[in-house]
Amino acid sequence: MTISREDIEKVAVLARIRLDEEQIPALENDLGNILSLVDQLSAADTNNVEPLAHPLDAVQRLRADEVTETNQREAFQAIAPATESGLYLVPRVIE
Amino acid sequence: MQWDIVIGLEIHVQLATKTKIFSGSSTAFGAEPNTQASAVDLAMPGTLPVPNEQAFRYAVMFGLAVNAEIGRRSVFDRKNYFYPDLPKGYQTTQLDHPIVGPGFVDIDLEDGSSKRVRIHHAHLEEDAGKSLHEDFDGMTGIDLNRAGTPLIEIVTEPDMNSAEEAVAFAKKLHSLVSSIGICDGDMSQGSLRFDVNISLKPKGSDELGTRTETKNLNSFRFMEQAIAHEVERQMDILEDGGRIIQETRLYNGDRDESRSMRSKEEANDYRYFPCPDLLPVVIDDAFIESARDLLPELPDERKARFKEQYGLNDYDARLLSDDARIAAFFEEAVGQGKDAKLAANWVLGEFSARLNAEDKTVVQAPITGSQLGQLVARIADNTVSSSGAKKVFEALWNGDADNADAIIEAQGLKQVSDTGALEQMVDEVLAGMPDQVAQYQEEADPKKQKKMLGGFMGPLMKASKGQGNPKLFNEILVRKLGG
Repeated sequence: MTISREDIEKVAVLARIRLDEEQIPALENDLGNILSLVDQLSAADTNNVEPLAHPLDAVQRLRADEVTETNQREAFQAIAPATESGLYLVPRVIE
Repeated sequence: MQWDIVIGLEIHVQLATKTKIFSGSSTAFGAEPNTQASAVDLAMPGTLPVPNEQAFRYAVMFGLAVNAEIGRRSVFDRKNYFYPDLPKGYQTTQLDHPIVGPGFVDIDLEDGSSKRVRIHHAHLEEDAGKSLHEDFDGMTGIDLNRAGTPLIEIVTEPDMNSAEEAVAFAKKLHSLVSSIGICDGDMSQGSLRFDVNISLKPKGSDELGTRTETKNLNSFRFMEQAIAHEVERQMDILEDGGRIIQETRLYNGDRDESRSMRSKEEANDYRYFPCPDLLPVVIDDAFIESARDLLPELPDERKARFKEQYGLNDYDARLLSDDARIAAFFEEAVGQGKDAKLAANWVLGEFSARLNAEDKTVVQAPITGSQLGQLVARIADNTVSSSGAKKVFEALWNGDADNADAIIEAQGLKQVSDTGALEQMVDEVLAGMPDQVAQYQEEADPKKQKKMLGGFMGPLMKASKGQGNPKLFNEILVRKLGG
């Protein structure tokens, strides 16, 4: 299984990872190896195997609908790079 | 060329839980920014989500209300994308194993017909925070109070073929989720948000065209306008030989224009995978039955009951049953008398018109159902004429007195139904109008005669100072003029 340069560039954009040109050949090799391993797994016959949603054989516990959290804004915002009027400030996003 | 319009909807419904779907933070509306955003909502390292049982209960109630299968084992997945109002970098949602499976909703159309719209599924997920794009020194402000608010996203099949059908469905759904109490129904606060998928295909063709999605419509009026706008846009492109690009569009209702938001050609790039932080949620029969017990009467059931119990026609029964609050008001009014049809007319007529004019909801109305019901009872027993009743209604609305009888008494609106007194008035008026009496008696056409009666009613009402019972006047007139 091989992975193309375009695939790598696209995945990098989606994951918001900046890649240098010279990193790409090594990634082509590494990711190609990982996909080959997945190909090997895919060869296993899973016809009679239930798809697994979680490795633990257990079910989720649910919580009662009661407010348990208090306002901790001051503590959280003390470690935020920028805040104003109670808001977290981030670089401008325009859609 | 003739085109068929094909519409499917995705509806985000905010559930009326007290807390978020994965944390114990309050969901109360209107709090100071970020005061209801806990470590879980902020995606702090080391935190783990714990699902809210009530969100599941509400989702199951919805499923039961739309005749759907309930997902006995539902699984959460991560939908990955980057946006500052989504601190985790993924939305926790359900992809392959949603809590609500296929179901349906029947809608009533203006021409009296009804149509079944199939629900593909509905899944539980979390809402994102809010981005405030006002200028904060060139930066964007983020409020995460809404982050983690439980939503169900309802996805329909592409079963609607006009703006009318889509709006009828949206209204029905709004009525349904409000009636069963799983959503506050407040569209101005974004409690229900509609995404509309629209495509066109040549009339009669079986093959669907490329669709666009218009996102985040939060009023029925904008939805109707946005559909009309998008249908026209696509038609222009197709008739010029162009092709539709699959994309997400934003509609600006104030300017009636839309623009492309993002291309959906990278639709599979959300890289969904099962959320390792959450185990599968198993719903058993007992849970489903306890949710069923919480369901109040549904609008469709109520409509059928109104027709049966009160003898209302289909149209009135539908208008009165859609909104649980109007239905309760009507039943309170009917409780004061026996004339359901008359009560229906007053609730849907004078009362609704007044609410609309003052932009009020039923709950904000200054009069109660039983106050209106007392008035209706006085109209039904001929104590007050319909014109007098309007004055009584006005006075009730303005709070001049708290019951119809007091107002009728105070304003002298009591109708004279004493036949002796009325006969005397008729005699006097007829004696003063000999020419008209002669004309009436010479007229051979009963229809024209009937019309001519109106000429006597004016003077009679004047003679009785507006208090004569018009029905009795009419009977006496016909008898006297005929004899």
